Amino acid sequence: MSGEKFDAIVIGAGMAGNAATYTMASRGLKVLQLERGEYPGSKNVQGAIMYANMLEKIIPNFRDDAPLERHLVEQRFWMMDDTSHVGIQYRSDDFNESTPERYTIIRAQFDRWFSRKVREAGATVLCETTATELAQEGGKVIGVRTDRSGDVILADTVVLAEGANGLLGARAGLRRTPTSENVALAVKEIHFLPEDVIDQRFGLHGNEGCVIEAAGTISRGMAGLAFLYTNKESISLGIGCLVSDFAATCESPYELLEAFKNHPSIKHLIADSEVKEYAAHLIPEGGYKAIPALFGDGWVVVGDAAQLNNAVHREGSNLAMTSGRIAGEAIFEVKSRGGRMTKRNLALYKTMLDDSFVIKDLKKYKDMPALLHTNSRNFFMTYPKLMSEASKNFMRVDGTPKIENERATTAAFIKARSRWGLVSDAVRLAMAWR
Amino acid sequence: MTVAVTKLRVEDKLFQNRYLVDPGRPHIKVRPHEHPSANLLALTRICPAKCYELNDKGQVEITADGCMECGTCRVLCEASGEVIWNYPRGGFGVLFKFG
Repeated sequence: MSGEKFDAIVIGAGMAGNAATYTMASRGLKVLQLERGEYPGSKNVQGAIMYANMLEKIIPNFRDDAPLERHLVEQRFWMMDDTSHVGIQYRSDDFNESTPERYTIIRAQFDRWFSRKVREAGATVLCETTATELAQEGGKVIGVRTDRSGDVILADTVVLAEGANGLLGARAGLRRTPTSENVALAVKEIHFLPEDVIDQRFGLHGNEGCVIEAAGTISRGMAGLAFLYTNKESISLGIGCLVSDFAATCESPYELLEAFKNHPSIKHLIADSEVKEYAAHLIPEGGYKAIPALFGDGWVVVGDAAQLNNAVHREGSNLAMTSGRIAGEAIFEVKSRGGRMTKRNLALYKTMLDDSFVIKDLKKYKDMPALLHTNSRNFFMTYPKLMSEASKNFMRVDGTPKIENERATTAAFIKARSRWGLVSDAVRLAMAWR
Repeated sequence: MTVAVTKLRVEDKLFQNRYLVDPGRPHIKVRPHEHPSANLLALTRICPAKCYELNDKGQVEITADGCMECGTCRVLCEASGEVIWNYPRGGFGVLFKFG
């Protein structure tokens, strides 16, 4: 590879890296993609839900051969206490359309497929290669060094798609390593069950899928979320909380996961399943305020490495794909104008990204991470317990006059948070949501 | 089928996973210390692969073989220099079949 120079080197073969590489290679740029895993996807972890629209913008006919599990027709959100859940459920036959809008996927399989498309588009993909250092000259990134040899592989631009735990950008001083308040640690298992058992337990037919997302006492007062996603013949299930909360409480992530699996609302859904993998991964949670510098002389950063994740709507991979695509388009645009990959020219990437849903959505929720972080005990412990108590008061028929049950519910809310606390929480939540 | 949560062995979970260990080249190291900091001590509880353990002198040690490369320890202890963090060489480390 020595002596060769590329239009771009992309670090990482996740969603963002594949989107960027595909976009540039299919437009005729000479692209090298480096992946440290044995195959693309072997280091990647996601829930995983994949949004069709964002992939369609890259590969319009992806449904022809992409490995998709189930398309989602039902979403449940559960607020849990130790023995119960109060939930919202939305199911619609309208999601049974010819081009469904979202699917569950298994990343190791999906990423291999995406990588095949990337190679077909003409990019050079080098696996089992860890990029160890960005090479710079006069403040400009000129290429990368890898663990294969000490030589610099030269490129006009380096696209950093190295994920939430990316080392290169941080080592080169282009951005900080995320702080513990800005990343969540999620652990996940994949449970195999026969397809018809999953269909029966969730009331599904054909390729229909169901998603459960849950918050409450399962995260033991930490800011966190648990999930259960139906795949064709398996269920992905996990829980994640902020690393800063884990460090403060010293709760163990696998114990949280076991407790979630043993919760009476979950246990029967995964009974008799065979666990085939246990995974852990960091998720960027800092939102808009945690986004680092996105471009500079000879480089751009995309996806999780740029903290592009919408935690409120748990959209990560679609922001990754979109930022990767936009970075690729911006680089192609600069190149086709005959421009050099200077900071000034690459600002086009940010302009285009600002104009997309990626930055607009993150801006909308810019105050949410701080709110959930400072109020985690109330939002993840007190309120779920109160909601459960209120529901129980409402449901139980035991001869107690209804008015007394209602008073007990109101009194419990006021005792736990005070009138002022309740109003203030509601206002702060509304402000952060706005 | 009640599972005693407290008796859970994370080793049983990691047994499901595939790893290609790079013998003699651990990708994470703990700097020698007298007494561990709060963050370093927390890793003995919060590392999802339970790579970190206390030795009989009350110091934190790491065995990186079961590491899932999540980076939690890097986020908490790299800046202070207590943990030296690198990725495994290309192709080595955890290999997710599903991810």
